[in-house]
Amino acid sequence: MTTPDSGAVSPDAAPTAPLVELLGLTKTFGALVANDAIDLVVQPGEVHALLGENGAGKSSLTRILYGLSQPDSGEIRINGRTSRISSPADAMAAGIGMVTQEFSLVGTMTVTENLMLAGVGFGRINRVAARARVLEAATRIGVSISLDAVVETLSVGERQRVEIVKALFHDCRLLILDEPTAVLVPQDVEVLFDSIRRLTATGMGVIFISHKLREVVEIADRVSILRRGRIVASMPAAGLQPRQIAAMMVGAAAATAGDDVEADALATSIGLESDSAAPIPEAPVQGATALEIRELTLAGSARPLLDNVSITVGAGEIVGIAGVSGNGQTELVSVLCGMSDATSGTVRVGSTDITSFGPAERIRAGLGRLTEDRRGSVIPNLTVEQNLVLEDLDRFRRGPILSRRRIRAHVRALMERFDIRAHASDPIRSLSGGNMQKVLLARAIARNPRALVASQPTRGLDVGACEYVASQLAALRADGAGVLLISEDLDELLGLCDRIVVLFSGRVIGELPAVDATREGLGLLMTGHAA
Amino acid sequence: MRILLRASEARWLAPTAVLGAAILTFLLTAGPIRLAGANPLAAYERYLVTPLTTFAGVGDVLLAATPLIFTGLAVAIAFRVGYFNIGAEGQFLAGTVAATITALYLPDLPGPIALPLALGAGALGGALWACGPAWLKRHANIDEVVTTLLLNPVALLLVQGLLNGPWRNSETGFPESDRYGAAYDLPRLLDGSRVHWGLVIALVLVIATGIIMAFTPLGLRLRAAGQAPDAARFSGIRVASLKWRCALVSGAVAGLGGAAQVLGVQHQLTASVSIGYGYTGIVVATLGALAAGGVLLVALLLGDIAIGAQNASIVLHLPPQMGSIVSSTLLLTVVALLVARHYRIVRTRRRLE
Amino acid sequence: MDFPFIAVLAATLTIATPLVWAALGAVVNERAGIMNLGIEGTMYAGAFVGFITAAYSGSAVVGLVTAIVAGVIAGALMALLTVTLGVNQHVAGIGVTLLLIAACDFTNRLLFSSGSQTVTAKFDRLFDGAGFFVQYPMTYVAFLVLAPVLWWVLRSSGFGLRLRAVGENAEAADAAGIPVARTRYAALMIGGALMAMGGAFLTLSLLGTFTLNIVGGRGWICIALVIFGRWKVWPVVAGALLFGLASALQLQLAITPLFGAVPNELMIAFPYLVVIAALVIWGRGVRYPGAYLTPYRRA
Repeated sequence: MTTPDSGAVSPDAAPTAPLVELLGLTKTFGALVANDAIDLVVQPGEVHALLGENGAGKSSLTRILYGLSQPDSGEIRINGRTSRISSPADAMAAGIGMVTQEFSLVGTMTVTENLMLAGVGFGRINRVAARARVLEAATRIGVSISLDAVVETLSVGERQRVEIVKALFHDCRLLILDEPTAVLVPQDVEVLFDSIRRLTATGMGVIFISHKLREVVEIADRVSILRRGRIVASMPAAGLQPRQIAAMMVGAAAATAGDDVEADALATSIGLESDSAAPIPEAPVQGATALEIRELTLAGSARPLLDNVSITVGAGEIVGIAGVSGNGQTELVSVLCGMSDATSGTVRVGSTDITSFGPAERIRAGLGRLTEDRRGSVIPNLTVEQNLVLEDLDRFRRGPILSRRRIRAHVRALMERFDIRAHASDPIRSLSGGNMQKVLLARAIARNPRALVASQPTRGLDVGACEYVASQLAALRADGAGVLLISEDLDELLGLCDRIVVLFSGRVIGELPAVDATREGLGLLMTGHAA
Repeated sequence: MRILLRASEARWLAPTAVLGAAILTFLLTAGPIRLAGANPLAAYERYLVTPLTTFAGVGDVLLAATPLIFTGLAVAIAFRVGYFNIGAEGQFLAGTVAATITALYLPDLPGPIALPLALGAGALGGALWACGPAWLKRHANIDEVVTTLLLNPVALLLVQGLLNGPWRNSETGFPESDRYGAAYDLPRLLDGSRVHWGLVIALVLVIATGIIMAFTPLGLRLRAAGQAPDAARFSGIRVASLKWRCALVSGAVAGLGGAAQVLGVQHQLTASVSIGYGYTGIVVATLGALAAGGVLLVALLLGDIAIGAQNASIVLHLPPQMGSIVSSTLLLTVVALLVARHYRIVRTRRRLE
Repeated sequence: MDFPFIAVLAATLTIATPLVWAALGAVVNERAGIMNLGIEGTMYAGAFVGFITAAYSGSAVVGLVTAIVAGVIAGALMALLTVTLGVNQHVAGIGVTLLLIAACDFTNRLLFSSGSQTVTAKFDRLFDGAGFFVQYPMTYVAFLVLAPVLWWVLRSSGFGLRLRAVGENAEAADAAGIPVARTRYAALMIGGALMAMGGAFLTLSLLGTFTLNIVGGRGWICIALVIFGRWKVWPVVAGALLFGLASALQLQLAITPLFGAVPNELMIAFPYLVVIAALVIWGRGVRYPGAYLTPYRRA
C-alpha cells in the first residue's frame, strides 16, 4: 500500500496535532476484508474527501469512526490521544458527528425534539434552552430551519440541514458527510458547501465522501482514494482533475485519450467508458409501440410526484430516463410495476391498456420489471429456483401439483443462459449482489417481454456484471422489445439508449436522441434548466 | 459484549437448539415440581412415558391430541401466510355451537346425512367467526391480532349464554345441552377406546395441508406471501386475497375441530368443551415450525403430556397445570434458542493495538 | 324513569380502573415498539401474587408490593425474549401469558387444594357515604396520579423522549446515543408493573379473593384500547371509561325489568362488542410506532 504524498501540508495550518488520525485500521467480515490497514490523517480546518467505488470500504470506515462498528485492529487518535469509540455516544463525546445517506431522524417528532435526543437525560426537558441551541447551531452553518416542523413534512434538503445541525450540537470537531449531495438539487448543494466552508473556517475538520468528482474538486482540500479496502492514494486536492481521480479509483493509468470526457458521476460502469466507442444503436422498428405512458400523474402532499408524464418506447428501442435521484423516478417505476396506482393517466404495453392491472396481469401482458430494490424483489428464504419461477408458477403445473422436473429443467436453462453462479437450491439471500441481479434479470426477461422497465440495473455491480447486463438489454432491443432504462449513471444512458428523457420534479423536462445528448446538456436539464 | 448476526449458521445448530431447549425446560420445571413434593424425574416419566405404556393410555393420548391437531393446523395455515390468527379458541367454540345447532334442531336426520352436516356446519361456524376480523383486516387494515383475540371471550360468553338460556338441559336443568341423538355420534375407531373418527379427519387434513404446502403453486405462493409480502406482491401474488382466504380456511379448520370434539367426545355442549385448545394450538403450530407434519408430532407430544399430567396429579399429587407449564416453557425455550442460534456473542476487545 | 345515573357512573370508574392501569402499562410497552401479549398473564400474575401474599401476611399493602415485583419480573422475561433474543413478539407474548396463568393456577391448586379460597385483607373504598366519590384508592391513583404523570412523562421528560425515539426509529435513537435495549427493558418492566397493579386491583380491592379466570380477557381489551387510543394516554383512558360505561350499563340494565329477557351473557359480551365497534369506527388507518414489532440489531 502506497501513500503517494506530494509533501504539501495544508498551507494555513500551523504544525499542530492532527485532528483525527487512523492508524492501521483493519476490519473484516468473514472472508471479506472491508478495510485493510487504513492510515488516514485529517487536519483541523481541512475538508478531506474520501473516494472510492461502491464496496471499496468507505462506509465501513465511517461506521467505525462513529462507533457503529468495531475494527479488528488499529488505532484511532483524536488530537493526538488514542481513543476507543465503541458506540455513537463515545463518538459524540470525542467530537465526531456524522450525517449519513439514510437520515437518522425520527419522522414523527419535531425538529427540536430530534435535536434533543442526543445526550438527553431522564428528567424534565428544557425546550426553551434546546431551541436556543438549535438556532445558534443553525446560524453557525448559515441556514434557517423551522424548529417546530415535524420532520416527516420537511424536504430532503431541509432534513439534511437538520442532520448537520444535529451533528453540530455536541461540540463537533470532525464532521463526516456520507454522500451528502446525492439527493440535493444544485441550490441546496451550494448552501451545503457554504456551510462547510463556514465550519472549516472555525477549525472543524470534515470528511467528505462522494463520487461526484466535480464537487470533490470544488470543495476538498485533500483527497484520499480507497480501492478494495486500502488507501491507494492521498494528496492535496489543489490542481487535481476529475479524470486523474477517476483513473486512480479504478487503478488505470492516468487517462490519455478522450480528453473531454469528464468523469462526473463515477459508477462502476466507468469500465464502459474507457472501452471502445459504444455500438451504434440500430434504428427502431417503425410503427410498433412497446410501452406507452400517457399523461401519468401522481398526486403528492405538497406538489405532484408525477406531473403529466408522457413517454413512448417503441419496439426495438431503448429509452433512458435521466435525473437526479428524487425527481419522480422511484414513483414512476412503482406505478409502472403495478405496486402503486397513479392518480390519472394511462399506461399501455403494446396495444393493451394495463393502467388498472395488478402485478400479475402486467406480467401476463408482457411487461418485464427490474426495480432498484433487489432485496425487496425476492423472497429471501426461498431458493434460487423457487424465486425464478415464482412469477410464472401456473406454467409448471401438472394437474394440481407443481412439476419439479419441468421447473428444474427450466431453471437450469435459465441459469446457464444468464450465467448465474449459484446452485438452484441455494437460498437466494446467500447470493452476491451481482448474481442476484442476474436472477432478477433472468426472471424479467425469460418470458420474452414486449417491454422492460429497468431501474438502476447496474448499480453496485462489478465491471463484468455491468457489461453483461448491458449486453442483455441490447439483445432485448435487437429482439424487438422496448426498454425503459432509468439510471443515475449518465455514461450508461449515453452508451445504451436511443433516446434520453430527463425527469425533473416529476415532469418530463426534456427529451432528445442520445446522439445529440451531451453531459453538459443533460446536466442542465437534470438541474431544471429547460433547453 | 455485543450480539452480532451470524452470516449463516451450521445446520446442526437447529436440532441442537431444540434438544437444548428440552433440557432447559426440564431443568426449569424441576424446581417447582420438587417444591410440590414430587420427584422431577418420576414426574417426567409420568408425563412422557407412562401414557404410552398401555393401550388405554395410547388411546387417551390420541384423544387428547385430536383437537390440538385441528387448532394447531388452523393456526399454522394462518401464520404461514402472515395472518396472525390468535382467535382459534373462539373459532373452535363457534364450531361447537354450529354443530350443536344442527344436532338440536334437526334431530331426526339419518346418520349418513347428520354427521357430515354437523361437521360441515362446524367448519362453516368457524369460518364465520373468523370472517369478521379477516374482513376488517382486508378492507380497513385493522390489526387481526386484536380483533381475533377479542372475539375469544365473546365466543365463550355465547356458549355460556346459550347453555344458560335456550339450550339448558331439558331434563336436569343444568347449563349443558341435551345429549345429541345417536345419529350425531361420531363413531369410535375401535372398541375399547374412545378415539373417534375425528382423528381420521384430522389426519386427512394434515396430509392434505402438507401436500398443498410443499407441492402446489398455492403452497409456494402462500409461503412467499408470509415471508416477504411486498416482494410477493411484486411477483404477482395477490397477497391480500390470499390472506383473506387463508383466514377463512383457518377458522373453518378450527371450527371443524370443535365440531369433531363435541360430536365425538362429549355428545353434548358444555361450557368446558374447550380447555384452551385454541391457545394451545398456537403452541403446537409454533413448535411444529408451521408445518403439517410438525403440527401432528407436537400435538401428539402435548397430548401425551396432558394425559401424563392428569396421571401425575392422581398418583404424585402434582397439580395437572404443571403439564401446561411444561408445554409453555418448552415453547419459550425452543423459540428462544432457535432464534438465538442466528447470533453469536462477541467480547469487545479492550485495547486496539 | 328512575335511572340510577350516579351509581352507573361510579361503577364505570370502578370497572375502568384495572383497564386504566394495565392499558397504560401497555402504552409504555408499545410506545417503545413492543406489543406485549403477555399482558393477560401479567395481570393474572399480579392478581394472584397480590392475593397470596396479602392472605399470608395479612396486609394488602404487602400484597400490592409483591404484585408489582411479579409484574416487573414478567416484564423482564418478556424483554429477555423479545429484546435480547429477538423472538417473534406475538409468540413470546402468548407463551408468557400461558406460562404465567398455568403457573398461578398450579400454585393455587397446591396451596388451596380444598378448593375454596380464603378471603383476604383488602383495600376498602374511601370516603364512605360520599355517593359518586366512594371509590377505591387505586381508582383515585389511576385517574388522578398515574394518567397525568404518564402523560407528562411521555411528552415532557427525557425518559419519555427516549422511549418514543426507540419506538419510532431505533436506528436514529441508537445513532443519537440512546441505549435501545436498555430503554426497552425499562419500558417492559415498568409496563409489567402497571399491568400487575391492574390485576392486583381485582383481588386486593374489588373482590378480596382469587378465582380462576379472574382476568377474563381484560388484557386483550387493553391491547385494543391502546390501538383505539392511538397510543396516547388520555384517549386510552377514555376508551377504558367507554368499556366501563358499557359494562356498568349492562349490569344495571340486567336487573331492569325491561331488559330481563335479554340473556345475561349477551349483556356481558356487549362491552367487548362495543370495543370492537370502536376499533372499526376509529381504528382505521392507524399508524403504528415505526419500530413496532421489530427487534433492533445494530447492523
